[in-house]
Amino acid sequence: MAETVNLTINGQAIQAEKGALLIEVARQNGIEIPAFCYYEGLTLQAACRMCLVEVEKTPKLQVGCTLPVADGMVVHTESDTVRSARKGTLEFLLTNHPLDCPVCDKGGECELQDMVFRYGAGESRFTERKVHVDEQQWSPVVYFDAPRCILCYRCVRVCNEGMGVGALGVSNRGVISEIVPNRHDYLECDECGACIDICPVGALTSGSYRYQTRPWEMTHVGTICTHCGDGCRTTLGVRDDKIMRGNNRDHSGINGEFLCVKGRYAFDFVEHPERLQSPMLRVGDTFEPISWAKAFETIAETFTAVKARGGKFGIIGSNHTTNEENFFLQKFARQGLGTKNIDHHRTGDLGTFFDALSGKVDALATAGDLYTTKAVLVVGADLAQQHPFLSYQARANFRHHAAHIYAVTAGPVREDHQAVASVRVAAGGELGGVESLRDKLKAEGDLVIVFGDGIQGEGVRKLVAFGDSLGIPVKYVCLVDYSNSRGAFDMGLIPRDGGMSVQQMLGAKDLDVLWVVGANPLKNATLASPNAFVVVQDLFMTETARTADIVLPAASAYEKNGTVTNVCGEVQKLKQAVKVMGTKTDLEIMGSIAKEMKLNLGIWLPDKVFGEIRKTVQGYDVPLPVVDTGGAAPTMPLNGRVPALPGAIQSAGDTLFTSGSMSRYSKILNAVIESPGGLYRR
Amino acid sequence: MPKKLYNEPSPLETRILSKRFGLDNSESLATYIANDGFKAFRKAREMKPEAIIEEVKTSALRGRGGAGFPTGLKWSFVPRSSPKPKYIVINADESEPGTCKDRLLMEYDPHQMIEGILIAGLALDAHKGYLYIRGEYRYLIDHMDRAIAEAYGQGYLGKNILGTGFDFDLYTHSGAGAYECGEETALLDSLEGKRGIPRMKPPFPAVAGAWASPTLLNNVETFSAIPAIIRDGGAAFAALGTPKNGGTRLLCVSGHVNKPGVYEVPLGYPMLKFIEEIAGGIPGGRKLKAVIPGGSSCPILKADECDIPMDYDSLAKIGSMLGSGGMVVMDETTDMVKVALRIMRFYAHESCGWCIPCREGTTWLRKILQRFDDGGGRHEDVALLGELSKNMLGRTFCALGDAAAMPTISIVDKFAADFEKRLAQQMVAV
Amino acid sequence: MNFSPQLEEKFAKMLTAYPEGRKRSAVVPMLIYAQDEVGAVTPELIDEVARRCEVPPLQVDEVVGYYSMLHRKPMGKYHVQVCTNISCLLVGGMELYEHACKKLGIGHKEVTADGQISLEEVECMGACSWAPAVEINYDFHHHVTPEKLDQLIDGLRKAQ
Ligand SMILES: Cc1cc2nc3c(=O)[nH]c(=O)nc-3n(C[C@H](O)[C@H](O)[C@H](O)COP(=O)(O)O)c2cc1C
Ligand code: SF4
Ligand code: FES
Repeated sequence: MAETVNLTINGQAIQAEKGALLIEVARQNGIEIPAFCYYEGLTLQAACRMCLVEVEKTPKLQVGCTLPVADGMVVHTESDTVRSARKGTLEFLLTNHPLDCPVCDKGGECELQDMVFRYGAGESRFTERKVHVDEQQWSPVVYFDAPRCILCYRCVRVCNEGMGVGALGVSNRGVISEIVPNRHDYLECDECGACIDICPVGALTSGSYRYQTRPWEMTHVGTICTHCGDGCRTTLGVRDDKIMRGNNRDHSGINGEFLCVKGRYAFDFVEHPERLQSPMLRVGDTFEPISWAKAFETIAETFTAVKARGGKFGIIGSNHTTNEENFFLQKFARQGLGTKNIDHHRTGDLGTFFDALSGKVDALATAGDLYTTKAVLVVGADLAQQHPFLSYQARANFRHHAAHIYAVTAGPVREDHQAVASVRVAAGGELGGVESLRDKLKAEGDLVIVFGDGIQGEGVRKLVAFGDSLGIPVKYVCLVDYSNSRGAFDMGLIPRDGGMSVQQMLGAKDLDVLWVVGANPLKNATLASPNAFVVVQDLFMTETARTADIVLPAASAYEKNGTVTNVCGEVQKLKQAVKVMGTKTDLEIMGSIAKEMKLNLGIWLPDKVFGEIRKTVQGYDVPLPVVDTGGAAPTMPLNGRVPALPGAIQSAGDTLFTSGSMSRYSKILNAVIESPGGLYRR
Repeated sequence: MPKKLYNEPSPLETRILSKRFGLDNSESLATYIANDGFKAFRKAREMKPEAIIEEVKTSALRGRGGAGFPTGLKWSFVPRSSPKPKYIVINADESEPGTCKDRLLMEYDPHQMIEGILIAGLALDAHKGYLYIRGEYRYLIDHMDRAIAEAYGQGYLGKNILGTGFDFDLYTHSGAGAYECGEETALLDSLEGKRGIPRMKPPFPAVAGAWASPTLLNNVETFSAIPAIIRDGGAAFAALGTPKNGGTRLLCVSGHVNKPGVYEVPLGYPMLKFIEEIAGGIPGGRKLKAVIPGGSSCPILKADECDIPMDYDSLAKIGSMLGSGGMVVMDETTDMVKVALRIMRFYAHESCGWCIPCREGTTWLRKILQRFDDGGGRHEDVALLGELSKNMLGRTFCALGDAAAMPTISIVDKFAADFEKRLAQQMVAV
Repeated sequence: MNFSPQLEEKFAKMLTAYPEGRKRSAVVPMLIYAQDEVGAVTPELIDEVARRCEVPPLQVDEVVGYYSMLHRKPMGKYHVQVCTNISCLLVGGMELYEHACKKLGIGHKEVTADGQISLEEVECMGACSWAPAVEINYDFHHHVTPEKLDQLIDGLRKAQ
């Protein structure tokens, strides 16, 4: 146990851990010491001097953000001296800060504005000329307005320490000191926007949000990002049924303040002009809009007829629709249509993975574990590119807890910068590389092994056996791409008991029906069955949709409620932020078809379906309050043998700036890819 | 060839550190050795490290870089045993306005400083030294490189120095124009290839300095005083000065005196006597108006405050500092508005920009003073200058903020009349 | 980028002066010596120093902006620096600087049309007791009067 000390802050007797920072101790006890440069989790700067406090028996004001508390300390944080020092510092700050609050994006949520309001330095005695510098655009998403910058260095630190990118620096000195991007006049980086988010004032602004709206005109909807499997919470600012921005303003969710470029900006596919907004019926080589009723009727008739004559169905589900939708779809397939031919695009060998872990408890690492474990081993994956949040977690663990990071990969990865050991192996040689680390790993307190989709079948078993043989507690993450790959697998969108895989369905010549819900299997493939009746539910006219007989306009993840399961198996809730005219959620579409077919598949309200999932899906009996309050509930889908499945594991091949078809329709991501900084890879 | 001195020495000086100045080839190792050179090192190598440090403590030597911290005490802070190598860093950034003495110590007698560094190396078990010289002194960097090469050539640097088994390497390192890099931790950042931003303390350099290793950092003159202290004993050095203010120091006198120059006098030397007799008094029989006693960072003294002994404690008692020994003398014709403006232009230009009060404060003050000097002064400016300076004082990250605030506070306080006069002239002009 | 053999030799030695893995320490000296040869700190020079000192170019760029002797644009072949700080100011440093402006027809950090001479008003350069002081390239000149400055400048013009 750490030693505790007794101190007094503003007359309040306080106990704290010896050596803790005064600013933190005060905060924990409800006493706010103002600060610009201090930021929890980032290195200390002591630069803004806002946190000066009076400590009895010391002549000078003391710096609260770097002062370790000591026994018997008597601190005053709101004395006249302290308040006037703050006012003086604010007055200095305002000498070069433009007073353009009415047009500044940050107006209303600006820390400087709040501070001036509190300490009343609103009236300045400054009558000299301010420095003016023109605003600069550093990337499609990052703008910099130098005069507004108060040089708190948060952006520099979050980029360097948090992201491990280091794309921002400080140039010049004195009053003309300026934050600068790494490529002189543009940024080459992850484009994550963390710098914008962390900026206490409006110096860094977002290319997509700037001059669009005021913070108080929006409602804020916390939901889960739809772009990769990491499951970051993103808070969507919505005005007039339009998403204005994404951020994580309350730092809730497993990702805290982290978001990558996709979570922060790539919501704009929602309003892409090519969004499907009406059901379409193929007429010759073209499509004609039809009513929902007509669409349901046609589909139900065909499905019923095919089912009645014992025809062959092929059903391909999605790795980004909700658990409820996936559950309902497999139920529809198995119970409603009587087929086992159901699959989805699998991006990691979850089947073998769960099988290899059978009998173990506590073997699945949560995203939180990557931040707390003593050691992290990354095998065959470029986390920074494909799992930006997991990469961030490992980095934060290294920074805050000096965790040992190991990387066994084919090429250089960002983790190399933190790694105690990086091993380069040819694809397929990962297990050899891992073996070479055995002695080092055995000496670790505990370990999380994160492995990519190159490790499949026997490889997964061997890796788990290796972990087990280390004699230390080991947890695992089997990496899967897309926002609900894990949920798709868990809900049973897999060809069990002799069902057909995606590849088999596409290759079969005798399919009568191909029903594709939120997937694009024909992107690089063709359908062998000439006479199949193809129904596609999607947001856009994808390659697959173009071959359909009926296309149904589906709602995106930002337009619905439900749950998704992230790469670590944590269930979180989606919350509808907007509604796009003419679309329906996949669940509603499926429910309506079922109704039209007079199938009794239960009520298709998300909450009801989730209730059924909790009862019937192994490991999903998660505590409701956790999920309902926006928490992440770990699932335990173990101890059930899933025999080897037919069909391939195929990497999504996505990068930091792409994610399947949705990112193709994000103007902002395309702009980033095309910008000179879009080449950034590591 | 006797090297031409920048100024004639004065017979009133006590030449300890500067005793070889003006000798033939004074910068050569041969001249140094022929004039007591390396006697101290030979003595020190027979001493226990603690005894060396004890001798330095006894000498009451205080840092000559500006802060006047007791040198022996500083040496004792460097941990004796350290798993990391220890480093010695010599501060030859000499940038405090009014100061030009380290230049001479290196130019005329480089081996005296090298010997002092080697003795510190013995005392601390350090084996590498870095001489951080401001970039403007390029000729001195070249000069020191030659002196260092000479010392290596004759076994006074490098492996197994003089057969003692003691190794020491010394390197020069160029700055590139930044006053702030004279601040010891900013200097260390600069030495590490970064912007010269001061570091948070603790940890102090003695514990984690250059490359996070224990580091001793002293000024050129401080190291140059070490040979005399070890050679003749700390007590003898201490006896030259006043209690707690041991020895002699090089004072750089500039401004309105007949014989500006660098002169070595014992600590506690009377200021007025120094100005009158050593520096030759004020030209044209004009009256003394003010003195900046130790570089532009020190609060200014009015003429009637100048009747004092020049040592750290006496100056502290009247609210100023002995600083880096840069004494600037101003006669009655001096316009304090111009003085205050020029000083603030300096600090605003040299503020590293890290912390708000210094970065914004110096610039604001500069702007007010510039406007005032340009004839746009206002009555309330005088009070405002004082108040803003006080808003900086004691609130900045490093001492530069104080260095900018203190002279300004003292000028507006002691010479408000000069500001009033300007305002009156403005009225007439309108 | 290649430098003269002498400079290459200097840099090779420089890089061994610092502890293992601390090549970054050479950034400031390398920049200033290289600037003297190249004429300015160009983007290529930044990349080159970054490569040699094993740091990202941004970290070299940050350094360039900080130090007042480093400049991104070429100064004249002869860089005339006039000190106007306090000691020099008291004995005519400001007048000397103004005289230099007039004489050269340029201002602070400007270069004559022929690119030969540039001027800079500088902070104290450690010549206070022999003020007013001027530094041309790396040569100090003490007790400089306007007449002496004229001679110095005329001398530079002849030397061209
Ligand atoms: C802004 C600032 C500038 C300084 N400049 C110098 C300098 O140019 N030379 C110097 O020796 N010390 C300078 N110092 C003092 C150093 O920080 C340090 O105290 C000194 O070098 C220690 O050596 P000493 O104990 O031998 O004096 C400066 C301090 C500050 C705050
Ligand atoms: S007081 Fe602040 S801005 Fe000024 S030099 Fe020191 S750290 Fe830099
Ligand atoms: S004031 Fe000019 S050199 Fe010091």
